[in-house]
Amino acid sequence: MDKTDIELLHEITDMQGETFEGAYNIRKNGQGIERKVTDNINIVTKKDVSGIDIYVKENTKFEFVHIPVIITESGLNDVVYNDFYIGKNANVIIVAGCGIHNDHHKNSQHDGIHRFFLEEGAKVKYIEKHYGEGKGTGKRILNPVTEVHLKKGATLEMESTQIKGVDSTIRTTKGVLEEDTNFVVTEKIMTGGLQKARTIFEVELNGKNASTKVTSRSVATENSVQQFESKVTGNTQCFGHVECDAIIKDKAKVIAIPEIIANNVDANLIHEAAIGKIAGDQLMKLMTLGLNEKEAEEAIIDGFLR
Amino acid sequence: MLELKDICFTRENRKILDHVSLNIDTDKFVVITGPNGSGKSTLVKIIMGIEKPDEGKVLLEGKDITNLSIDERAKLGIGFAFQQPVKFKGITVYDLLKLSSGKEMNKKEACDILSKVGLCAREYVDREVNASLSGGELKRIEIATVAVRNSKFTIFDEPEAGIDLWSFQSLIKIFEDMRKIVKGTTLIISHQERILNIADEIILMKEGKIQAKGSKEELLGQVFGQSMCSKLGGDQENG
Repeated sequence: MDKTDIELLHEITDMQGETFEGAYNIRKNGQGIERKVTDNINIVTKKDVSGIDIYVKENTKFEFVHIPVIITESGLNDVVYNDFYIGKNANVIIVAGCGIHNDHHKNSQHDGIHRFFLEEGAKVKYIEKHYGEGKGTGKRILNPVTEVHLKKGATLEMESTQIKGVDSTIRTTKGVLEEDTNFVVTEKIMTGGLQKARTIFEVELNGKNASTKVTSRSVATENSVQQFESKVTGNTQCFGHVECDAIIKDKAKVIAIPEIIANNVDANLIHEAAIGKIAGDQLMKLMTLGLNEKEAEEAIIDGFLR
Repeated sequence: MLELKDICFTRENRKILDHVSLNIDTDKFVVITGPNGSGKSTLVKIIMGIEKPDEGKVLLEGKDITNLSIDERAKLGIGFAFQQPVKFKGITVYDLLKLSSGKEMNKKEACDILSKVGLCAREYVDREVNASLSGGELKRIEIATVAVRNSKFTIFDEPEAGIDLWSFQSLIKIFEDMRKIVKGTTLIISHQERILNIADEIILMKEGKIQAKGSKEELLGQVFGQSMCSKLGGDQENG
Protein backbone atom coordinates (compact mmCIF):
# COMPACT_ATOMS: atom_id res chain seq x y z
CA MET A 1 0.00 0.00 0.00
CA ASP A 2 1.25 3.48 -0.82
CA LYS A 3 0.65 6.83 0.88
CA THR A 4 -2.60 7.52 -1.04
CA ASP A 5 -3.97 4.09 -0.04
CA ILE A 6 -3.23 4.70 3.63
CA GLU A 7 -4.75 8.18 3.46
CA LEU A 8 -7.90 6.84 1.84
CA LEU A 9 -8.15 4.12 4.50
CA HIS A 10 -7.83 6.72 7.23
CA GLU A 11 -10.66 8.73 5.65
CA ILE A 12 -13.09 5.83 5.63
CA THR A 13 -12.13 3.80 8.72
CA ASP A 14 -10.77 4.09 12.25
CA MET A 15 -7.43 2.63 11.10
CA GLN A 16 -4.69 2.91 13.71
CA GLY A 17 -1.37 3.56 11.99
CA GLU A 18 -1.25 1.10 9.10
CA THR A 19 -3.26 -1.80 10.44
CA PHE A 20 -6.61 -2.82 11.89
CA GLU A 21 -7.73 -4.41 15.10
CA GLY A 22 -9.42 -7.82 14.64
CA ALA A 23 -10.24 -9.50 11.33
CA TYR A 24 -9.93 -7.55 8.10
CA ASN A 25 -9.94 -7.70 4.34
CA ILE A 26 -8.63 -4.80 2.27
CA ARG A 27 -9.74 -4.59 -1.35
CA LYS A 28 -7.95 -2.32 -3.80
CA ASN A 29 -8.89 -1.73 -7.43
CA GLY A 30 -11.07 -4.85 -7.56
CA GLN A 31 -8.63 -7.24 -5.83
CA GLY A 32 -8.21 -8.39 -2.25
CA ILE A 33 -4.74 -7.23 -1.14
CA GLU A 34 -4.57 -7.98 2.59
CA ARG A 35 -6.54 -10.25 4.89
CA LYS A 36 -6.45 -11.39 8.47
CA VAL A 37 -8.81 -13.85 10.15
CA THR A 38 -9.19 -14.63 13.85
CA ASP A 39 -10.27 -17.69 15.86
CA ASN A 40 -13.85 -16.46 15.77
CA ILE A 41 -14.06 -14.67 12.45
CA ASN A 42 -13.33 -16.30 9.12
CA ILE A 43 -13.21 -14.59 5.74
CA VAL A 44 -13.55 -16.69 2.58
CA THR A 45 -13.28 -15.58 -1.04
CA LYS A 46 -16.42 -16.24 -3.06
CA LYS A 47 -16.08 -18.63 -5.97
CA ASP A 48 -19.03 -17.62 -8.20
CA VAL A 49 -18.82 -13.84 -8.03
CA SER A 50 -16.35 -11.23 -6.82
CA GLY A 51 -16.51 -10.80 -3.08
CA ILE A 52 -16.16 -12.48 0.29
CA ASP A 53 -18.16 -14.39 2.87
CA ILE A 54 -17.59 -13.40 6.47
CA TYR A 55 -18.45 -15.92 9.16
CA VAL A 56 -18.68 -14.84 12.78
CA LYS A 57 -18.95 -17.74 15.26
CA GLU A 58 -21.79 -17.78 17.75
CA ASN A 59 -21.14 -16.04 21.08
CA THR A 60 -18.22 -14.05 19.67
CA LYS A 61 -18.02 -10.95 21.85
CA PHE A 62 -16.85 -7.46 20.94
CA GLU A 63 -14.61 -8.24 17.97
CA PHE A 64 -14.00 -6.05 14.95
CA VAL A 65 -14.28 -6.78 11.24
CA HIS A 66 -12.89 -4.21 8.80
CA ILE A 67 -13.58 -4.62 5.09
CA PRO A 68 -12.54 -1.35 3.42
CA VAL A 69 -12.41 -0.84 -0.32
CA ILE A 70 -10.15 1.65 -2.05
CA ILE A 71 -10.08 2.62 -5.67
CA THR A 72 -7.23 4.61 -7.15
CA GLU A 73 -7.50 3.43 -10.76
CA SER A 74 -9.51 5.72 -13.04
CA GLY A 75 -12.07 4.00 -15.26
CA LEU A 76 -12.58 1.01 -12.94
CA ASN A 77 -16.09 -0.35 -12.41
CA ASP A 78 -15.88 -2.60 -9.37
CA VAL A 79 -18.84 -4.68 -8.23
CA VAL A 80 -18.45 -6.72 -5.05
CA TYR A 81 -20.75 -9.06 -3.14
CA ASN A 82 -20.01 -9.44 0.57
CA ASP A 83 -22.15 -11.66 2.80
CA PHE A 84 -21.98 -11.62 6.58
CA TYR A 85 -23.16 -14.60 8.58
CA ILE A 86 -23.37 -13.65 12.24
CA GLY A 87 -23.78 -16.54 14.68
CA LYS A 88 -26.19 -16.73 17.61
CA ASN A 89 -25.61 -14.14 20.36
CA ALA A 90 -22.45 -12.83 18.71
CA ASN A 91 -21.71 -9.14 19.22
CA VAL A 92 -19.41 -7.51 16.67
CA ILE A 93 -18.53 -4.19 15.10
CA ILE A 94 -18.19 -4.20 11.33
CA VAL A 95 -16.52 -1.29 9.55
CA ALA A 96 -16.92 -1.05 5.79
CA GLY A 97 -16.61 1.82 3.38
CA CYS A 98 -15.18 2.90 0.10
CA GLY A 99 -12.69 5.60 -0.73
CA ILE A 100 -12.11 6.62 -4.34
CA HIS A 101 -9.17 8.69 -5.50
CA ASN A 102 -9.66 9.69 -9.11
CA ASP A 103 -7.24 12.14 -10.69
CA HIS A 104 -8.19 11.35 -14.28
CA HIS A 105 -11.05 11.87 -16.71
CA LYS A 106 -12.60 8.39 -16.65
CA ASN A 107 -15.33 7.48 -14.17
CA SER A 108 -14.52 5.26 -11.18
CA GLN A 109 -17.36 3.25 -9.75
CA HIS A 110 -17.83 0.89 -6.82
CA ASP A 111 -21.04 -0.99 -6.12
CA GLY A 112 -20.81 -2.88 -2.85
CA ILE A 113 -23.64 -5.31 -2.19
CA HIS A 114 -23.62 -6.27 1.47
CA ARG A 115 -25.97 -8.83 2.93
CA PHE A 116 -26.24 -9.44 6.66
CA PHE A 117 -27.75 -12.61 8.11
CA LEU A 118 -28.04 -12.32 11.87
CA GLU A 119 -28.95 -15.40 13.88
CA GLU A 120 -31.01 -15.23 17.06
CA GLY A 121 -29.81 -12.72 19.63
CA ALA A 122 -26.90 -11.46 17.50
CA LYS A 123 -25.87 -7.81 17.69
CA VAL A 124 -24.01 -5.89 15.02
CA LYS A 125 -22.86 -2.34 14.79
CA TYR A 126 -22.18 -1.60 11.14
CA ILE A 127 -20.29 1.55 10.20
CA GLU A 128 -20.02 2.53 6.57
CA LYS A 129 -18.28 5.61 5.23
CA HIS A 130 -18.01 6.79 1.66
CA TYR A 131 -15.51 9.28 0.43
CA GLY A 132 -14.20 10.59 -2.87
CA GLU A 133 -11.22 12.76 -3.79
CA GLY A 134 -8.99 13.65 -6.72
CA LYS A 135 -8.57 16.43 -9.24
CA GLY A 136 -9.74 14.64 -12.38
CA THR A 137 -12.98 15.23 -14.27
CA GLY A 138 -13.80 11.51 -14.03
CA LYS A 139 -16.78 10.92 -11.78
CA ARG A 140 -16.64 9.07 -8.47
CA ILE A 141 -19.70 6.86 -8.28
CA LEU A 142 -20.81 4.66 -5.38
CA ASN A 143 -23.95 2.57 -5.26
CA PRO A 144 -23.99 0.61 -2.00
CA VAL A 145 -26.70 -1.95 -1.32
CA THR A 146 -27.26 -3.20 2.21
CA GLU A 147 -29.63 -6.07 2.93
CA VAL A 148 -30.36 -6.97 6.52
CA HIS A 149 -32.08 -10.13 7.74
CA LEU A 150 -32.70 -10.25 11.48
CA LYS A 151 -33.78 -13.39 13.30
CA LYS A 152 -35.51 -13.34 16.69
CA GLY A 153 -33.92 -10.94 19.17
CA ALA A 154 -31.22 -9.70 16.76
CA THR A 155 -30.17 -6.06 16.52
CA LEU A 156 -28.32 -4.19 13.81
CA GLU A 157 -27.28 -0.59 14.15
CA MET A 158 -26.02 0.99 10.96
CA GLU A 159 -24.20 4.29 10.62
CA SER A 160 -23.72 5.49 7.10
CA THR A 161 -21.76 8.61 6.22
CA GLN A 162 -20.99 10.29 2.92
CA ILE A 163 -19.61 13.73 3.49
CA LYS A 164 -17.34 14.52 0.57
CA GLY A 165 -16.47 13.98 -3.01
CA VAL A 166 -18.97 11.41 -4.29
CA ASP A 167 -20.52 12.59 -7.57
CA SER A 168 -23.33 10.12 -7.85
CA THR A 169 -24.77 7.64 -5.43
CA ILE A 170 -27.79 5.43 -5.07
CA ARG A 171 -27.85 3.94 -1.61
CA THR A 172 -30.27 1.12 -1.08
CA THR A 173 -30.93 -0.34 2.35
CA LYS A 174 -33.41 -3.15 2.91
CA GLY A 175 -34.41 -4.91 6.10
CA VAL A 176 -36.53 -7.95 6.92
CA LEU A 177 -37.23 -8.14 10.63
CA GLU A 178 -38.50 -11.04 12.68
CA GLU A 179 -39.76 -11.12 16.27
CA ASP A 180 -38.17 -8.81 18.93
CA THR A 181 -35.64 -7.36 16.50
CA ASN A 182 -34.35 -3.82 16.16
CA PHE A 183 -32.84 -2.14 13.12
CA VAL A 184 -31.46 1.36 13.64
CA VAL A 185 -30.10 3.39 10.75
CA THR A 186 -28.38 6.76 10.95
CA GLU A 187 -27.46 8.30 7.65
CA LYS A 188 -25.49 11.47 7.05
CA ILE A 189 -25.00 12.93 3.62
CA MET A 190 -23.52 16.13 2.32
CA THR A 191 -23.54 17.02 -1.34
CA GLY A 192 -22.24 19.96 -3.37
CA GLY A 193 -21.45 20.94 -6.93
CA LEU A 194 -23.51 18.88 -9.35
CA GLN A 195 -23.56 15.81 -7.11
CA LYS A 196 -26.57 13.56 -6.92
CA ALA A 197 -27.51 11.32 -4.01
CA ARG A 198 -30.50 9.06 -3.76
CA THR A 199 -31.37 6.99 -0.72
CA ILE A 200 -33.82 4.13 -0.86
CA PHE A 201 -34.83 2.60 2.40
CA GLU A 202 -37.22 -0.34 2.70
CA VAL A 203 -38.03 -2.25 5.84
CA GLU A 204 -40.54 -5.00 6.48
CA LEU A 205 -41.55 -5.44 10.08
CA ASN A 206 -42.77 -9.04 10.08
CA GLY A 207 -42.30 -10.26 13.65
CA LYS A 208 -44.07 -9.18 16.82
CA ASN A 209 -42.23 -6.29 18.55
CA ALA A 210 -39.94 -5.71 15.58
CA SER A 211 -38.82 -2.09 15.49
CA THR A 212 -36.88 0.23 13.25
CA LYS A 213 -35.64 3.77 13.62
CA VAL A 214 -34.16 5.60 10.68
CA THR A 215 -32.61 9.04 11.00
CA SER A 216 -31.38 10.75 7.89
CA ARG A 217 -29.58 14.06 8.18
CA SER A 218 -28.40 15.70 5.04
CA VAL A 219 -27.00 18.95 3.75
CA ALA A 220 -27.43 19.81 0.08
CA THR A 221 -25.42 22.74 -1.26
CA GLU A 222 -24.72 24.48 -4.61
CA ASN A 223 -26.49 22.68 -7.46
CA SER A 224 -26.66 19.23 -5.89
CA VAL A 225 -29.79 17.09 -5.75
CA GLN A 226 -30.81 14.64 -3.05
CA GLN A 227 -33.72 12.30 -2.90
CA PHE A 228 -34.77 10.32 0.15
CA GLU A 229 -37.29 7.54 -0.29
CA SER A 230 -38.42 5.36 2.54
CA LYS A 231 -40.97 2.62 2.79
CA VAL A 232 -41.72 0.91 6.08
CA THR A 233 -44.28 -1.87 6.15
CA GLY A 234 -45.75 -3.02 9.45
CA ASN A 235 -47.29 -6.47 9.20
CA THR A 236 -47.84 -7.12 12.89
CA GLN A 237 -47.51 -5.41 16.27
CA CYS A 238 -44.40 -3.35 15.59
CA PHE A 239 -42.87 0.10 15.70
CA GLY A 240 -41.29 2.15 12.93
CA HIS A 241 -39.96 5.70 13.04
CA VAL A 242 -38.40 7.45 10.06
CA GLU A 243 -36.99 10.93 10.40
CA CYS A 244 -35.60 12.81 7.42
CA ASP A 245 -34.07 16.18 8.17
CA ALA A 246 -32.34 18.23 5.48
CA ILE A 247 -30.59 21.58 5.31
CA ILE A 248 -30.74 23.14 1.88
CA LYS A 249 -28.48 25.87 0.52
CA ASP A 250 -27.85 27.78 -2.69
CA LYS A 251 -29.63 26.17 -5.67
CA ALA A 252 -29.75 22.64 -4.29
CA LYS A 253 -32.85 20.43 -4.38
CA VAL A 254 -34.04 17.95 -1.80
CA ILE A 255 -36.92 15.56 -2.28
CA ALA A 256 -38.31 13.42 0.56
CA ILE A 257 -40.80 10.70 -0.30
CA PRO A 258 -42.25 8.95 2.71
CA GLU A 259 -44.28 5.80 2.57
CA ILE A 260 -45.54 3.95 5.61
CA ILE A 261 -47.82 0.98 5.25
CA ALA A 262 -49.67 -0.51 8.21
CA ASN A 263 -51.15 -3.93 7.50
CA ASN A 264 -52.03 -4.56 11.12
CA VAL A 265 -53.99 -2.54 13.66
CA ASP A 266 -51.08 -2.76 16.14
CA ALA A 267 -48.49 -1.43 13.73
CA ASN A 268 -47.26 1.95 14.98
CA LEU A 269 -45.49 3.83 12.19
CA ILE A 270 -44.26 7.42 12.11
CA HIS A 271 -42.62 9.41 9.37
CA GLU A 272 -41.22 12.86 9.95
CA ALA A 273 -39.59 14.94 7.24
CA ALA A 274 -38.27 18.48 7.39
CA ILE A 275 -36.36 20.44 4.75
CA GLY A 276 -35.24 24.00 5.23
CA LYS A 277 -32.39 26.45 5.15
CA ILE A 278 -30.22 27.16 8.20
CA ALA A 279 -32.37 28.95 10.74
CA GLY A 280 -31.62 32.66 10.98
CA ASP A 281 -31.79 32.65 14.77
CA GLN A 282 -29.11 29.93 14.93
CA LEU A 283 -26.76 32.05 12.79
CA MET A 284 -27.54 35.10 14.88
CA LYS A 285 -26.85 33.33 18.17
CA LEU A 286 -23.44 32.12 17.00
CA MET A 287 -22.62 35.57 15.63
CA THR A 288 -23.30 37.07 19.06
CA LEU A 289 -20.60 34.65 20.26
CA GLY A 290 -18.12 36.25 17.84
CA LEU A 291 -18.33 33.87 14.85
CA ASN A 292 -18.71 35.48 11.45
CA GLU A 293 -21.53 34.31 9.21
CA LYS A 294 -19.41 31.70 7.39
CA GLU A 295 -17.94 30.29 10.61
CA ALA A 296 -21.41 30.16 12.17
CA GLU A 297 -22.79 28.28 9.17
CA GLU A 298 -19.93 25.76 9.34
CA ALA A 299 -20.46 25.19 13.06
CA ILE A 300 -24.18 24.57 12.52
CA ILE A 301 -23.55 22.11 9.67
CA ASP A 302 -20.76 20.30 11.57
CA GLY A 303 -23.08 19.80 14.54
CA PHE A 304 -25.99 18.73 12.36
CA LEU A 305 -23.94 16.08 10.57
CA ARG A 306 -22.05 14.80 13.57
CA MET B 1 -18.87 52.88 28.47
CA LEU B 2 -21.84 52.69 26.11
CA GLU B 3 -23.54 55.64 24.56
CA LEU B 4 -26.64 55.84 22.38
CA LYS B 5 -27.09 59.10 20.49
CA ASP B 6 -30.48 60.08 19.16
CA ILE B 7 -31.57 56.59 18.08
CA CYS B 8 -34.71 56.38 15.92
CA PHE B 9 -36.33 53.19 14.69
CA THR B 10 -39.61 53.13 12.79
CA ARG B 11 -41.40 50.09 11.38
CA GLU B 12 -44.78 49.96 9.65
CA ASN B 13 -45.34 53.65 10.36
CA ARG B 14 -44.87 53.06 14.08
CA LYS B 15 -42.10 54.87 15.93
CA ILE B 16 -40.63 52.10 18.04
CA LEU B 17 -37.72 54.23 19.24
CA ASP B 18 -38.10 57.97 19.17
CA HIS B 19 -34.84 59.92 19.53
CA VAL B 20 -33.42 57.81 22.35
CA SER B 21 -30.16 58.97 23.90
CA LEU B 22 -28.55 57.11 26.77
CA ASN B 23 -25.28 56.73 28.65
CA ILE B 24 -24.39 53.61 30.58
CA ASP B 25 -21.36 53.73 32.87
CA THR B 26 -18.70 51.05 33.37
CA ASP B 27 -19.35 48.21 35.84
CA LYS B 28 -22.96 49.19 36.46
CA PHE B 29 -25.88 46.80 36.81
CA VAL B 30 -28.64 48.48 34.86
CA VAL B 31 -32.23 47.31 34.44
CA ILE B 32 -34.51 48.53 31.66
CA THR B 33 -38.17 48.25 32.43
CA GLY B 34 -41.41 49.55 31.00
CA PRO B 35 -44.65 48.40 29.46
CA ASN B 36 -44.81 45.99 26.55
CA GLY B 37 -44.26 47.74 23.25
CA SER B 38 -42.18 50.50 24.81
CA GLY B 39 -39.13 49.63 22.67
CA LYS B 40 -36.92 47.86 25.23
CA SER B 41 -36.08 44.78 23.15
CA THR B 42 -35.48 46.85 20.02
CA LEU B 43 -33.12 49.08 21.97
CA VAL B 44 -30.92 46.20 23.16
CA LYS B 45 -31.00 44.58 19.70
CA ILE B 46 -29.67 47.85 18.27
CA ILE B 47 -26.83 47.76 20.80
CA MET B 48 -25.92 44.21 19.70
CA GLY B 49 -26.31 44.99 16.00
CA ILE B 50 -29.23 42.61 15.47
CA GLU B 51 -31.29 45.61 14.34
CA LYS B 52 -29.94 48.71 12.59
CA PRO B 53 -31.27 52.09 13.66
CA ASP B 54 -32.77 54.41 11.03
CA GLU B 55 -30.97 57.31 12.66
CA GLY B 56 -28.51 57.83 15.47
CA LYS B 57 -25.26 56.36 16.68
CA VAL B 58 -24.07 53.64 19.01
CA LEU B 59 -20.71 54.20 20.72
CA LEU B 60 -18.76 51.70 22.79
CA GLU B 61 -15.96 53.24 24.82
CA GLY B 62 -16.07 56.24 22.51
CA LYS B 63 -15.81 54.17 19.31
CA ASP B 64 -18.63 54.43 16.79
CA ILE B 65 -19.93 50.88 16.29
CA THR B 66 -23.20 51.78 14.52
CA ASN B 67 -22.17 50.10 11.28
CA LEU B 68 -20.39 47.09 12.74
CA SER B 69 -21.83 43.58 12.34
CA ILE B 70 -23.03 41.42 15.23
CA ASP B 71 -19.83 39.36 15.37
CA GLU B 72 -17.61 42.44 15.22
CA ARG B 73 -19.45 43.86 18.21
CA ALA B 74 -19.17 40.54 20.00
CA LYS B 75 -15.40 40.66 19.47
CA LEU B 76 -15.31 44.17 20.94
CA GLY B 77 -16.90 42.79 24.12
CA ILE B 78 -20.67 42.92 23.84
CA GLY B 79 -22.55 39.80 24.96
CA PHE B 80 -26.23 39.06 24.41
CA ALA B 81 -28.57 36.55 26.05
CA PHE B 82 -31.64 35.97 23.91
CA GLN B 83 -35.16 36.17 25.26
CA GLN B 84 -35.94 32.91 23.48
CA PRO B 85 -32.81 30.72 23.68
CA VAL B 86 -31.95 29.29 20.28
CA LYS B 87 -32.13 25.51 19.79
CA PHE B 88 -29.78 23.50 17.57
CA LYS B 89 -29.56 20.02 16.12
CA GLY B 90 -26.42 18.11 16.99
CA ILE B 91 -24.66 20.94 18.83
CA THR B 92 -24.10 20.00 22.47
CA VAL B 93 -23.95 22.22 25.52
CA TYR B 94 -20.18 21.63 25.60
CA ASP B 95 -19.83 22.64 21.92
CA LEU B 96 -21.77 25.82 22.52
CA LEU B 97 -19.72 26.74 25.60
CA LYS B 98 -16.51 26.15 23.63
CA LEU B 99 -17.75 28.35 20.79
CA SER B 100 -18.80 30.97 23.33
CA SER B 101 -15.50 31.10 25.15
CA GLY B 102 -13.66 31.41 21.82
CA LYS B 103 -10.77 29.32 23.13
CA GLU B 104 -9.90 25.77 24.08
CA MET B 105 -11.95 24.72 27.05
CA ASN B 106 -11.82 21.40 28.84
CA LYS B 107 -14.89 19.65 30.19
CA LYS B 108 -14.09 20.58 33.76
CA GLU B 109 -14.18 24.29 32.90
CA ALA B 110 -17.47 23.76 31.05
CA CYS B 111 -18.90 21.92 34.05
CA ASP B 112 -17.78 24.69 36.42
CA ILE B 113 -19.69 27.30 34.45
CA LEU B 114 -22.78 25.09 34.26
CA SER B 115 -22.69 24.60 38.02
CA LYS B 116 -22.61 28.35 38.44
CA VAL B 117 -25.91 28.68 36.58
CA GLY B 118 -27.45 25.96 38.71
CA LEU B 119 -27.24 22.95 36.38
CA CYS B 120 -25.93 19.59 37.48
CA ALA B 121 -23.03 19.79 35.05
CA ARG B 122 -22.35 16.12 34.30
CA GLU B 123 -25.95 15.56 33.24
CA TYR B 124 -25.95 18.46 30.82
CA VAL B 125 -22.54 18.99 29.32
CA ASP B 126 -22.96 16.38 26.55
CA ARG B 127 -26.62 16.97 25.84
CA GLU B 128 -27.75 18.55 22.63
CA VAL B 129 -29.08 22.10 22.87
CA ASN B 130 -32.42 21.03 21.44
CA ALA B 131 -36.09 20.86 22.29
CA SER B 132 -35.53 17.97 24.74
CA LEU B 133 -34.37 20.61 27.24
CA SER B 134 -36.99 22.53 29.20
CA GLY B 135 -37.44 26.30 28.95
CA GLY B 136 -35.73 26.80 32.30
CA GLU B 137 -32.78 24.57 31.34
CA LEU B 138 -32.34 26.39 28.03
CA LYS B 139 -32.39 29.73 29.88
CA ARG B 140 -29.62 28.61 32.20
CA ILE B 141 -27.54 27.34 29.30
CA GLU B 142 -28.12 30.64 27.50
CA ILE B 143 -26.88 32.50 30.57
CA ALA B 144 -23.85 30.19 30.77
CA THR B 145 -22.93 30.87 27.11
CA VAL B 146 -22.98 34.58 27.83
CA ALA B 147 -21.24 34.38 31.21
CA VAL B 148 -18.34 32.35 29.80
CA ARG B 149 -17.44 35.15 27.39
CA ASN B 150 -16.43 37.59 30.14
CA SER B 151 -17.79 40.42 28.01
CA LYS B 152 -17.31 44.05 28.97
CA PHE B 153 -20.95 44.74 28.32
CA THR B 154 -23.56 42.01 28.68
CA ILE B 155 -27.21 42.27 27.70
CA PHE B 156 -30.02 40.02 28.95
CA ASP B 157 -33.26 40.38 27.02
CA GLU B 158 -36.03 39.63 29.49
CA PRO B 159 -34.57 36.53 31.15
CA GLU B 160 -37.81 35.76 32.96
CA ALA B 161 -39.79 35.44 29.71
CA GLY B 162 -41.09 32.04 28.71
CA ILE B 163 -40.35 30.12 31.90
CA ASP B 164 -42.74 29.06 34.60
CA LEU B 165 -42.88 30.71 37.99
CA TRP B 166 -41.14 27.82 39.75
CA SER B 167 -38.21 27.82 37.37
CA PHE B 168 -37.99 31.56 37.68
CA GLN B 169 -37.82 31.46 41.47
CA SER B 170 -34.65 29.40 41.26
CA LEU B 171 -33.32 31.35 38.28
CA ILE B 172 -33.64 34.69 40.03
CA LYS B 173 -30.99 33.64 42.52
CA ILE B 174 -28.56 33.49 39.60
CA PHE B 175 -29.37 37.03 38.67
CA GLU B 176 -28.90 38.09 42.24
CA ASP B 177 -25.43 36.55 42.04
CA MET B 178 -24.91 38.04 38.60
CA ARG B 179 -22.12 40.33 39.64
CA LYS B 180 -20.05 37.30 40.59
CA ILE B 181 -20.71 35.50 37.29
CA VAL B 182 -20.74 38.27 34.72
CA LYS B 183 -17.94 40.78 34.75
CA GLY B 184 -18.23 44.35 33.51
CA THR B 185 -21.45 46.18 32.78
CA THR B 186 -24.77 44.33 32.76
CA LEU B 187 -27.92 45.54 31.07
CA ILE B 188 -31.09 43.55 31.77
CA ILE B 189 -34.59 44.00 30.49
CA SER B 190 -36.89 42.92 33.29
CA HIS B 191 -40.25 43.48 34.90
CA GLN B 192 -39.37 41.61 38.05
CA GLU B 193 -39.19 43.52 41.29
CA ARG B 194 -36.42 41.28 42.65
CA ILE B 195 -34.24 42.12 39.67
CA LEU B 196 -35.11 45.81 39.84
CA ASN B 197 -34.12 45.66 43.51
CA ILE B 198 -30.53 44.72 42.74
CA ALA B 199 -30.05 47.40 40.06
CA ASP B 200 -27.56 50.23 40.39
CA GLU B 201 -29.67 52.09 37.92
CA ILE B 202 -33.15 51.73 36.44
CA ILE B 203 -34.23 52.98 33.04
CA LEU B 204 -37.95 53.36 32.55
CA MET B 205 -39.15 53.31 28.96
CA LYS B 206 -42.52 54.23 27.56
CA GLU B 207 -43.73 54.64 23.98
CA GLY B 208 -40.27 54.51 22.46
CA LYS B 209 -38.75 57.04 24.80
CA ILE B 210 -36.81 57.03 28.02
CA GLN B 211 -39.26 58.34 30.56
CA ALA B 212 -36.93 58.26 33.54
CA LYS B 213 -33.45 57.11 34.54
CA GLY B 214 -32.07 56.96 38.03
CA SER B 215 -31.13 54.90 41.06
CA LYS B 216 -33.51 52.27 42.34
CA GLU B 217 -34.20 54.50 45.35
CA GLU B 218 -35.32 57.23 43.00
CA LEU B 219 -37.29 55.09 40.59
CA LEU B 220 -38.69 52.02 42.31
CA GLY B 221 -41.51 54.05 43.78
CA GLN B 222 -42.26 55.50 40.38
CA VAL B 223 -42.22 52.09 38.71
CA PHE B 224 -44.35 50.28 41.23
CA GLY B 225 -46.27 53.21 42.63
CA GLN B 226 -47.89 54.25 39.39
CA SER B 227 -50.63 52.64 37.44
CA MET B 228 -47.85 51.26 35.24
CA CYS B 229 -47.21 48.54 37.78
CA SER B 230 -50.34 46.80 36.63
CA LYS B 231 -48.81 46.55 33.16
CA LEU B 232 -45.57 45.10 34.39
CA GLY B 233 -44.78 41.53 35.05
CA GLY B 234 -47.64 39.64 33.51
CA ASP B 235 -47.28 39.73 29.77
CA GLN B 236 -44.04 38.50 28.28
CA GLU B 237 -44.12 39.63 24.71
CA ASN B 238 -41.34 41.59 23.06
CA GLY B 239 -41.06 45.03 24.55
